[in-house]
Amino acid sequence: MKIAIIDYGMGNIHSVSKAIQLCGASPVVTSKKSQLSSCAKIVLPGVGAFDDAITELERLGLVSAIKEQIGKRKPFLGICLGMQLLFEGSQEAKNKEGLGVLKGQVVKFSAKLGQKVPHMGWNNLGDILAGCPLLKGISDNEQVYFCHSYYPEPSDNSIAAATCGYGVKFACVLAKENIYGVQFHPEKSQAAGLKIIKNFVELC
Amino acid sequence: MLSKRIIPCLDIKAGRVVKGVKFLGLRDAGDPVSVARAYDAQGADELVFLDITASIENRKTLLVLVEEIARNIFMPFTVGGGISEIEDIRNILNAGAEKVSLNTQAVKFPELISSAAKRFGSQCIVVAIDAKKQGDFWEVFINGGRTPTGIDAVIWAEKAARLGAGEILLTSMDYDGTKNGYDLKLTKEITSKVNIPVIASGGAGKLEDFYNVFMKAGADAALAASLFHYGKLSVKQVKEYLSQRGISVRL
Repeated sequence: MKIAIIDYGMGNIHSVSKAIQLCGASPVVTSKKSQLSSCAKIVLPGVGAFDDAITELERLGLVSAIKEQIGKRKPFLGICLGMQLLFEGSQEAKNKEGLGVLKGQVVKFSAKLGQKVPHMGWNNLGDILAGCPLLKGISDNEQVYFCHSYYPEPSDNSIAAATCGYGVKFACVLAKENIYGVQFHPEKSQAAGLKIIKNFVELC
Repeated sequence: MLSKRIIPCLDIKAGRVVKGVKFLGLRDAGDPVSVARAYDAQGADELVFLDITASIENRKTLLVLVEEIARNIFMPFTVGGGISEIEDIRNILNAGAEKVSLNTQAVKFPELISSAAKRFGSQCIVVAIDAKKQGDFWEVFINGGRTPTGIDAVIWAEKAARLGAGEILLTSMDYDGTKNGYDLKLTKEITSKVNIPVIASGGAGKLEDFYNVFMKAGADAALAASLFHYGKLSVKQVKEYLSQRGISVRL
């Protein structure tokens, strides 16, 4: 099975690509619309700033292509910034809107929470939604690697498939029909992360 | 709850892992990918690779190495050494590193921190500080510990955080490689002044040193090199010990 990994110059595609390969699929690193349509599934990774990421996707003509593929119910996984871009907007953004395929906003950890920002390191998953294919075999208290200053606040809390606590409890796994998003980095989360990627390859 | 992190550090010279004492007397400690794999198996939380003889000729070798590591190791890693511009950062992140560590160039041109944080996000910008006690303050040294700057390390850490650094990698030059424990005073001084994670480095020699740097100095992560490279302690031993003493770690 071919899985497209969208390459838009926003870092870190080697680990995602290798992880997908290890899980038995063929990664196709691409920035072409035609490849998005010919692959069975799509992964949008991403490290960096929200506005730059949207600008690059726009420049490559991928905003409409991503929306079109998601609209066709193709399984889609956004990782970290790649997940945040799916929302309507972000407090990080100066003048760009998000893709809006998930309703809600991306917000910054408030200094009032008394936690250091960025949220960096290994933290527990909690409130895992039973039956979510992406999280099959993953139990509460499994630790995964986070590295972020912003987190999603979905309008509809029922799309939260797992949460994480860091001064505030936030949705760190999102699942809505064919759309999946994770705030942590499964490609950097050793065995637990590889299991989640394998689930995306095999079950989603 | 966020776990305290244990981070082996691999100093890289001409493509090999090396280790010295107080920044001098380098000894070979192995091939980077094999060493990284071994730490992966021991349950290390992250790795730091510092290219200690960074130069333009070395730069390409380093990028190939970063790609090689990213293809083999599914854990976060930071790369530092000789990073002088945005383009270097972009290349290293694109090669698969989670974070970059800035040192000399950030001291000379602090605006590199702010432009890098703006472009790539604070979460991937680590500012490394090599500090040495001079009378009543800790002085920042650059160029791999060779050049004193006259800058106060505490003030520099606060400034780096303000400019957008996402993490401080704090090395005590006085304690580096001595195995006498971390510099708790220096570490505490900095963790109490900045609101970003601090990785303590330099001096780890026994299990209790890790406990002390987390409990007495407020570090978020502890880095060690020679202790792990020469097999005196494994990452797993350290984490099991910390867990028994009530510190949250990933086992």
